[in-house]
Amino acid sequence: MRADVELIGVTKRYGAAVAVDGISLAIPPASYCCLLGPSGCGKTSTLRMIAGHESISDGDILLAGRNVTNLPPAARGTAMMFQSYALFPHLTALENIAFGLRMRGMGKAERLARAAEFLRLVQLEKMADRLPTQLSGGQQQRVALARALITSPKVLLLDEPLSALDPFLRTQMREELKRLQRELGITFIHVTHGQEEAMALSDIAVVMDQGRIAQAAPPREIFEKPASAFVARFIGGHNVLELPQGRFAVRTDRTRLAPAPAGGGPHLSGHVTAVEYQGSAVRVVVQARDGQTAEALLPDSLFHASPVAPGEAATLGWEAQEAHPLPRDAA
Amino acid sequence: MPGPLARLLLGGLFLLFVLFLYGPTFTITILSFQGPDGGLTFPMNGVSLHWFARLFQPQAVGDLGASMTRTLTLAAMVTASTVVISLAAGMAFRRRFRGSGVLFALTIASLIVPSILVSLGIGLMFNMMEWEPAWYSSAFGAQLTWTLPFGLLIMFAVFNRFDRSWEEAARDMGATPWQSFWHVVLPIIAPSVVGIALFGFTLSFDEFARTLLTAGSGNTLPLEILGMTTTVTTPVLYALGTVSTAVSFLVIGGAILGVRLLRKKKGF
Repeated sequence: MRADVELIGVTKRYGAAVAVDGISLAIPPASYCCLLGPSGCGKTSTLRMIAGHESISDGDILLAGRNVTNLPPAARGTAMMFQSYALFPHLTALENIAFGLRMRGMGKAERLARAAEFLRLVQLEKMADRLPTQLSGGQQQRVALARALITSPKVLLLDEPLSALDPFLRTQMREELKRLQRELGITFIHVTHGQEEAMALSDIAVVMDQGRIAQAAPPREIFEKPASAFVARFIGGHNVLELPQGRFAVRTDRTRLAPAPAGGGPHLSGHVTAVEYQGSAVRVVVQARDGQTAEALLPDSLFHASPVAPGEAATLGWEAQEAHPLPRDAA
Repeated sequence: MPGPLARLLLGGLFLLFVLFLYGPTFTITILSFQGPDGGLTFPMNGVSLHWFARLFQPQAVGDLGASMTRTLTLAAMVTASTVVISLAAGMAFRRRFRGSGVLFALTIASLIVPSILVSLGIGLMFNMMEWEPAWYSSAFGAQLTWTLPFGLLIMFAVFNRFDRSWEEAARDMGATPWQSFWHVVLPIIAPSVVGIALFGFTLSFDEFARTLLTAGSGNTLPLEILGMTTTVTTPVLYALGTVSTAVSFLVIGGAILGVRLLRKKKGF
């Protein structure tokens, strides 16, 4: 199947610094793709290059099989939603949404009618005449979303769209983004530094580190088979352990407190350094004798059946098949 | 919260400031309504509009009508040029270009050079080139050396706080650079542009030092007033002061009203 978005050896240099280092990626049609990574990993530069707001130092970008590397943003079939939303402060919600159509020379009555449809799509029909400053953060974001969608893009690019919202609104908006993507049947590329957000939304998640792709795969695959120690640490929920047999990632929720340093299964012995109650689970951190730390995320009932306290000796154990081998070389 | 003594001192300082600022203006305004037989000082000898009427009649010394016209025309020219040039320059300076630092320093330097030297220099240059200095040529240029750096500095402040993603968003939605300027940048910075216009107008309206040696044979209003203070001894001078203060307030009030209307219509 032809990819909606294809990056071939895309590189971005700022002087001598390399922000994006020859990345290649194919995003299948109508998928939700998250670019995930710590700040400075090159995810935003990648997004801006796809949008056409950043020039490409080397490589090619193909959208629906068409090379758009040197096309201006509006000629690419993409639309971008900015992190700050970038709503025009002098225009009402309705006029903001109609802006793209106005630039295309559509008549006033027609474009405002179209914009009203998109305002309905994001459930803000009552806010048509409000100025951006008279809207809440969540409402501003919906207007920005409608404004980006009205030009019927094939690919919607979202730069940290949820970072400015409070946690409750974030979860709600997350569902809405996913719903819109499914209903519109277009590709969304969403930049985030939150692994939870990426896991919840992505069909394909792209973990980036130092301008390179560390792993690009469905989130389940990334969580179950992290490609490197970096991915395992960044995605969270894993212990990265140096064992005599090599380096492994073991999920913290599959790690248990073994009753005693029994022989047999793989284990790590040491003493408890922290116990955190998290409601449905309890997090127990253990420092091994060789200095490594690892943790177990225990269901609360299991923990309360035989609780431990900081300072006590403890052993962490797991089933042999739960240890996922990691390459040695990468950090 | 400052202590009682500090508050008293600060209050006294503010009172003095207000007195110095408005006291003379009020005095002149009151005295301009002096009766026909009144003099330059108190007491008031009746109340009349006599001196305002005299203001618009031919004077023995000085030609107020003509100099007022010259000053207003010149102020309009300076305002328009200042707005257009500083807006364009402000846009240009948003990108670093070769020599932008030097160009900026050169522009700002004309704020530091003593005004009278600028005036003298331009006057001398016109003399050497054997051009006739006039209010609309040499004085116009001299005033621009004063208003343009101010306008540019205001534009710098404006664009420092300007979010570039507004323009990127416009571009993303298919706006050409010109459309992005016209439909996005200009409406957003419009209040500041009005501010620059006001600044340009008021700086030009009462400009003295830079105009002194460049105005040629046709005096501007401030120069005319200076000439009159030494020869005219009637309250016509005060009437003139009242009228020019009123003109200033009208311009400022008009600008504020304009921004209000703009906001209401465009909804800033």
